Amino acid sequence: MTADLGTMTAGEGVSAKARNLRRWGPRALQGWTNLDGLFRKACGAFAASIVALLALVVYQLVHASRLSIDHFGVGFAWEKVWDPVAQKLGAATFIYGTVVTSTIALLIAVPLGIGIAIFLVELAPRRLGSVVGFLVELLAAIPSIVYGLWGLFVLAPLVRLWVAPALRKTLGFLPLFSGESNGVGMLTAGLILSIMVLPFIAAVSRDVLAAVPQTQREGSLALGTTKWETIWNVVLPYGRVGITGATILALGRALGETMAVTMVIGNSPQIMASLFEPGYTMSAVIANEYSEASGPLYLSALTELGLLLFVVTFAVNGAASLLIWRLTRGPGAHA
Amino acid sequence: MTRHMFLFQAAAMLALSAVGCDKSQPPTQDNQQSTAAATTAPANVRLNGAGSTFVYPLMSRWSTDYQKIVPTVQVNYQSIGSGGGIRQLTERTVQFGATDGPMSDDQLKEAKSPVVHIPLAMGAVVPTYNLPDLPHAIQFTSDALAGIFLGNIKTWNDPKIASVNVGLKLPATPIVVVHRSDGSGTTYVWVDYLSKVSPEWKAKVGVATSVNWPVGIAGKGNEGVAGTVRQTPGSIGYVELTYALQNKMPAAQIKNQAGKFVEPTVDSVTAAAAGAISAIPDDLRYSITNSPGETAWPASGTVWAVLYQDMPAGPERKALVGFLRWTLHDGQKSCKALDYAQLPAELVERATAKLDLIEPAPK
Repeated sequence: MTADLGTMTAGEGVSAKARNLRRWGPRALQGWTNLDGLFRKACGAFAASIVALLALVVYQLVHASRLSIDHFGVGFAWEKVWDPVAQKLGAATFIYGTVVTSTIALLIAVPLGIGIAIFLVELAPRRLGSVVGFLVELLAAIPSIVYGLWGLFVLAPLVRLWVAPALRKTLGFLPLFSGESNGVGMLTAGLILSIMVLPFIAAVSRDVLAAVPQTQREGSLALGTTKWETIWNVVLPYGRVGITGATILALGRALGETMAVTMVIGNSPQIMASLFEPGYTMSAVIANEYSEASGPLYLSALTELGLLLFVVTFAVNGAASLLIWRLTRGPGAHA
Repeated sequence: MTRHMFLFQAAAMLALSAVGCDKSQPPTQDNQQSTAAATTAPANVRLNGAGSTFVYPLMSRWSTDYQKIVPTVQVNYQSIGSGGGIRQLTERTVQFGATDGPMSDDQLKEAKSPVVHIPLAMGAVVPTYNLPDLPHAIQFTSDALAGIFLGNIKTWNDPKIASVNVGLKLPATPIVVVHRSDGSGTTYVWVDYLSKVSPEWKAKVGVATSVNWPVGIAGKGNEGVAGTVRQTPGSIGYVELTYALQNKMPAAQIKNQAGKFVEPTVDSVTAAAAGAISAIPDDLRYSITNSPGETAWPASGTVWAVLYQDMPAGPERKALVGFLRWTLHDGQKSCKALDYAQLPAELVERATAKLDLIEPAPK
């Protein structure tokens, strides 16, 4: 209050902006409170709330899946049968489907996304770059049910008629690409996911690459390197932390994506070598069966799937960040 | 300077008007008004229901139609799935649930107080398929259908299918089975039918809203199954009758218990309930799949409203029973237009008697 009164008298002749600054700026407030300390505490509380929230989620998941954990034990994670009628429930097929589809998605989307980012930042004319960049970001705004329906009605027939036969012809000796495709299956789900996570990788990588200081590029070019060598040896290694982050973000999305995946994966709890075969993911089975699940054990098992998804996400994220860190830093990056 | 003055004026006016409000509307007067309203006019009753997605279009029609007749009763129905409806009823967060399958003994035990089942309308499940250039609908015996869904019959020209479809040229291509991925009443009716006609199905797979399917791929919802069937040559799936009719999907005929091939229509569904009426138990928890009726569609189902027998007397109970009584009589007329099957007259009578036990009919 005293600070307020003091500035009021100074009123005339001082611009409104300066007056406001003096009235509300840090120095005015420092008179009666320790703003720095307050700020630190507030930010600390925000950060702590994330930890608290995660802890709460884990606690709640463990609590709600207690029944299933006690009943099935650790074997739940590698039991392959999912039979709600006989109450014989296991998660192995869902874990497999989740990991496989996300892997396909990242194998396609990471190189593509980084390629798009390099094109936008390093190679494209500015006008074209902004148009393409806008379109890529637009991909992220499409609702997943639209992706799912598009996948079912457009992508699945394409996979059945063109993609699967072509893969079988060229790579058919691998068990991964053997047998007939009905259009829906793990490959189609992986393809849909790769399109869905592409904007995350491309947009974040673009911003990361754009933030690489111009001096780095100039220094490299001054040493007589080609454009390609500059990008590969200087720009990409400089941005590897950011690109890793983009990939982790994309992976999180791919692991948890539900609606689009369930439309095109075939929803069959089985582990088959061929990617043309239908599969099932953890999030998809929860979405599909939770609302009609009858009986406490069945509900509890679905909740335990949620808990396992949490664990798998943690594990895969950790492994992926380690892997990408190694790849972008190791000798490969300088070859 | 001018802005300062304006701000001050605005603040002053706000302060004045705030004081004015306090004076003009003393809280005592307010209270008196509302109590007076409650005693003279009948209070509005809001009925909350939740459950079956299958009945949702019919329920919305009913709730708007009923509000025109009894403006004080508002029916608010959330289509969250039958399982969810039963759970909400058990937790007493809604006054009634709606379910495509009757509550199991375990669920009734969990509900603590006795629960009454009131059939509302009927529907059916229809096999739909993707075979190009068939001049008329394909026909199945129940044996053939069970064989297909068990994975024992693998191609379309299998003798079990071909022998009853003499006029049709069936390809030697593999059969792709498509089923629902989400737990649903549609699946319940379909597998209930299959387990009644096939001991092997009953032993191997069983009956529930989600089962461990021996073969096939799955789509989410009716639209997911229909879409997958449409995209996959040589496939066969099952969808709700309403969905098949409204989307003009090819629907197979099935040979019923009486030995007749029947076409899926709302009338053949009503016939299924009429044909099975003597076997319907007193608590109205029944299954009319594989009904013995002459023209009965074998994969027929019912949607029930479930409510507590011992609801406390009061405006809520009166409104709910009144609404359900109306759906059993005048409300049935809306069924056909929305492709639902009506309840047969005898079932309406038995259901009305159940309602009378909760709240006696007004004279």
